[in-house]
Amino acid sequence: MIGPHRKTSSTPRRLVLACVTAMLAAFVAACGTDYFEIPIETPIQPKLDVSPFQRVLVIGFVAGGTDDVDANQETVRLLRSQLRTKSSLKVIDADILPLMDVARDQSQQVGTIDESNGPRGEGGAAPRPASANSSGGERIQGVSLPSNIKDEKDLEPYERLFANTAYWKRIGEEFQNPLIVTGTVLFTNRSTSGFVQRDQETFDSLGRRRVMPMRTYMERKGFILRPKFVFIDGRTGATMYSESYREEILYNAQQNTPALSSYFELMDRLVPNFLSALSSQKIRGTRVLLK
Amino acid sequence: MKAPVLAIVASAVVLAAAPSFADAKKEAKSQVEFGISVAQRGLWHEAIYRWEKATQIDPTYAAAYNDLAIGYEHEGQLDKARKAYEKALELDPNNSQVRQNYELFKEINDRTAQKDK
Repeated sequence: MIGPHRKTSSTPRRLVLACVTAMLAAFVAACGTDYFEIPIETPIQPKLDVSPFQRVLVIGFVAGGTDDVDANQETVRLLRSQLRTKSSLKVIDADILPLMDVARDQSQQVGTIDESNGPRGEGGAAPRPASANSSGGERIQGVSLPSNIKDEKDLEPYERLFANTAYWKRIGEEFQNPLIVTGTVLFTNRSTSGFVQRDQETFDSLGRRRVMPMRTYMERKGFILRPKFVFIDGRTGATMYSESYREEILYNAQQNTPALSSYFELMDRLVPNFLSALSSQKIRGTRVLLK
Repeated sequence: MKAPVLAIVASAVVLAAAPSFADAKKEAKSQVEFGISVAQRGLWHEAIYRWEKATQIDPTYAAAYNDLAIGYEHEGQLDKARKAYEKALELDPNNSQVRQNYELFKEINDRTAQKDK
């Protein structure tokens, strides 16, 4: 009794469902897709016109922060190798300048000038090429420069070094007027604690995998990298352009990641930005085209 | 006597214009579709030409401005891209896909603008 009754009532319903499904399918087919994802490559023009230069000199950085990494040496080496492969400029291999010492020498020089009301002898300044003891240079005013740079405040007085056009012009003359790359690098430790949201994988009684966001209290440690790249015209000694960045990386406190590998990981993120100042870059992305 | 005549003339104009307006919409849509098909094959100059044409035929066509903005972005013409995205959003402010495209574009545009500081 129940069987035949069920059969007669469900058949028209199925027919209606089938018709509706077919109509929907036909409608979708007729309409087609109204959007299309498409990969694009946006070319970014270099900020600097480097056409007057054939060569680039990454001379050195005023560096501070942790003692685990020599940020001056490592930054110079990394940028030189990147420029060799990813720019049309010829990279000059020269000794890396300890710019902190240069800045301190220039500062002391001013003190001496102030005291004697005239320039001191040649021996009083940095024994580096074209150091600021040469006459005619604008010098760092007699401010105390911290010998150990731990934070941004310590770095501030060193910034004046980059405004010393006479000094940079002299460096430029020595290397046949290249584009000079210098700046500051601060690579510091960081530790923090607090709640962190993480995805946690769980399996239910049927063995199905689920990923749930979980808030857990964590102690983390890592590093902050704060470089400032200064581009100087070797012909005039004037700053053409400068840019500052900040990148941070944190690990679980139990994880022991060497400072140098963290430094490279953070620099890896910044290098495309650095290069885009000198050469055109293409930024890959995806957009949605609409009908 | 004049009023009915005028009404008839006006209706005739409206009726005559309606199909041509519909034709314009259809033409603009076909230009956009052609633009999409050539862009997918990497022919971006041709695609931009088609999308520009579509916006001229139908200046209210938000999708055409969106596609044109993407074309300009791909060519590195960021000022033109920004204007086209803004026009698309002006015409269709609630379109989430246009907005998403614009947000992604702004990330790149802000980066280049940052350099100007």
